[in-house]
Amino acid sequence: MERTTIDLWVGVFVAAGAAALFGLALKVGNFNSATLGETYSVTGAFENVGSLKPRAPVKSAGVVVGRVDNIKFDPESYEALVTVKVDKRYPFPKDTFANIYTAGLLGEQYIGLEAGGDDKMLQDGDKFSKTQDAVVLEKMIGQFLYSKASESGDDKSNDIKEAE
Amino acid sequence: MFSAVASVLSGIGHRVIDSLWRFGASIRFFFYVLIYSGESFRRLHLTIREIYFTGVLSLIIILVSAFFVGMVLALQGYNTLQRYGSSEAIGVLVALSLVRELGPVVTALLFAGRAGTAITAEIGLMRATEQLSAMEMMAVSPVARVVAPRFWAGVFSMPLLAALFSMVGVLGGYLVAVPLIGVDAGAFWSQMQASVDFREDIVNGVIKSVVFGVACTMIALFEGFDAPPTAEGVSRATTRTVVNSSLAVLGLDFVMTSFMIVA
Amino acid sequence: MSDNIVEIDNLSFGYKTRLLHKGINMQFPRGKVVAIMGGSGSGKTTLLRLIGGQLKPSGGEVRVAGQVVHKQDRKGLQKLRRKMGMLFQQGALFTDLSVYENVAFPIREHTDLPESMIRDLVMMKLNAVGLRGARDLKATELSGGMARRVALARAVALDPAIIMYDEPFAGLDPISMAVICNLIRKLNDALGATSIIVTHDVQEVFAFADYVYFVADGVVAAEGAPEDLRKSELPFVHQFVHGEVDGPVPFHYRAPDYRQDILRSANV
Repeated sequence: MERTTIDLWVGVFVAAGAAALFGLALKVGNFNSATLGETYSVTGAFENVGSLKPRAPVKSAGVVVGRVDNIKFDPESYEALVTVKVDKRYPFPKDTFANIYTAGLLGEQYIGLEAGGDDKMLQDGDKFSKTQDAVVLEKMIGQFLYSKASESGDDKSNDIKEAE
Repeated sequence: MFSAVASVLSGIGHRVIDSLWRFGASIRFFFYVLIYSGESFRRLHLTIREIYFTGVLSLIIILVSAFFVGMVLALQGYNTLQRYGSSEAIGVLVALSLVRELGPVVTALLFAGRAGTAITAEIGLMRATEQLSAMEMMAVSPVARVVAPRFWAGVFSMPLLAALFSMVGVLGGYLVAVPLIGVDAGAFWSQMQASVDFREDIVNGVIKSVVFGVACTMIALFEGFDAPPTAEGVSRATTRTVVNSSLAVLGLDFVMTSFMIVA
Repeated sequence: MSDNIVEIDNLSFGYKTRLLHKGINMQFPRGKVVAIMGGSGSGKTTLLRLIGGQLKPSGGEVRVAGQVVHKQDRKGLQKLRRKMGMLFQQGALFTDLSVYENVAFPIREHTDLPESMIRDLVMMKLNAVGLRGARDLKATELSGGMARRVALARAVALDPAIIMYDEPFAGLDPISMAVICNLIRKLNDALGATSIIVTHDVQEVFAFADYVYFVADGVVAAEGAPEDLRKSELPFVHQFVHGEVDGPVPFHYRAPDYRQDILRSANV
């Protein structure tokens, strides 16, 4: 085989392979939404982060505005410290409310930001003053069952009385 | 009776020692190849030539298989998902299965069958016809001149082939899901993009295929280099290449997947 | 410096229980054609590999140009091998290259000559073996004799001081054989090289070799100029030179008594 033919084919192969990698990154994956421009980081303290993970999206009004950078445990306050990186294009007021939400009933968890009314904006390294924890499904179900059980327990004692 | 048991046990022992020895020898061979790799980059055309033989010539089988795998995934996925009323998630299913597992793994298995056996047979025959000895006597290291370029060509080709496999598989899935079944094209792509993570899925898939590339090429080269210089020896070595590569790929896949999911 | 380019000194090779060579002494003077003869399996090819440093001896040493081969590091060995050319039994041409590229291979690997110079060199070597016209053929398209000649051109591409031949006549027709014989002598004298030929083809080698060693049972059984050996009354040499069926080298492989062997198998 002539060397130039081989070179040509290898060139085609490498170009196609590189194109496929880019295609996977841009068309199939979330590469474009994964890369934020310049960011500023804000920290929030939560009593329970549920199953929130680093790189989970930070949304406001349903639009991705940033990503969770890291989650640490604070041994002094026994709270979780969540640092999020928010795109510099989206400034938020100081009194912005950070909630941990679940996408759908069983979906992945993300942080939702609800803008407050403060004149001052959050700066790099600031803290969220108001946070709301993740809703833990097991807890909710547990409470629900408990209240149901106590109700039906009352009913039963009534039944027994009536039977007598 | 006792002697029969003893001979069975010593047979097992012999095989274990033998395979351990071969494993050690292949690791040593691996480092040997790395040490002698300079020339495959200094004289890049040697490596480019091997990329042609391992990568380009494997393209057809990879692309055709990928297309069918993608289409089958979409059919099967639709069949299950529509029961739960979430047939738009078909894109997620196809893309995640391909990018995370099937792309790297099936590519590596096909690569072992197509390129791996060719490498083993070629090098085994070069040894059998004394071409490697001849090279040695010409003061040319066969590891540097023959083995290392093939190694780097394999390591380089594998991720590209795996990426092509995944991409063509997704296209095959798209063709079944959207025009054939009638899933909404927008939902197909947007759901896919929402759940396929660049770092966790695509980069991990590429890492896997690089590791498979190292393993498959190394096994093929070692078996060829180590093959007894007879027709039977070469044919056995070729078989061993396919068997060992497949086992290595599936085993490594499990190990890597468990690390990636935990991390 | 002695006049011998290759010296083999009390060389032994093999495993403890089964030594292939048990103390071999040979000298190869510069400019001569020396043949090593012996039956199949007497370790002649192994000797060439020991000279080339592809195997390490269990005892004794091989010296090439005054240097002990098995004590060389990788660089030293490469340097020594640059002095050697070797013709392998089946030619060992690179099957993925053309005739031209095969001959050019050692030149390309070891020099940075421009392409035009390489071309001149390759043409010269191919012309010497009479195959200049076959330069564009693939190595797989050659007949056995032609492949051997191309391999010879490749072996002498860098004008080595020592040319080793491993069974250069095996499996050739009489014409090709005569051509190769002629070439070995001519190339040796033209290059001022030393040729070491391993073979068991008595008549061909006796016709042009300067000196002959006989190897049997791991030692040099006889040595001398061909005309002396032809007259030799040593039983082994006599059997070998005249191709007799039985003699010191028995027709039968070591076996128990024939009669007993047959009776035993009848009893089973």
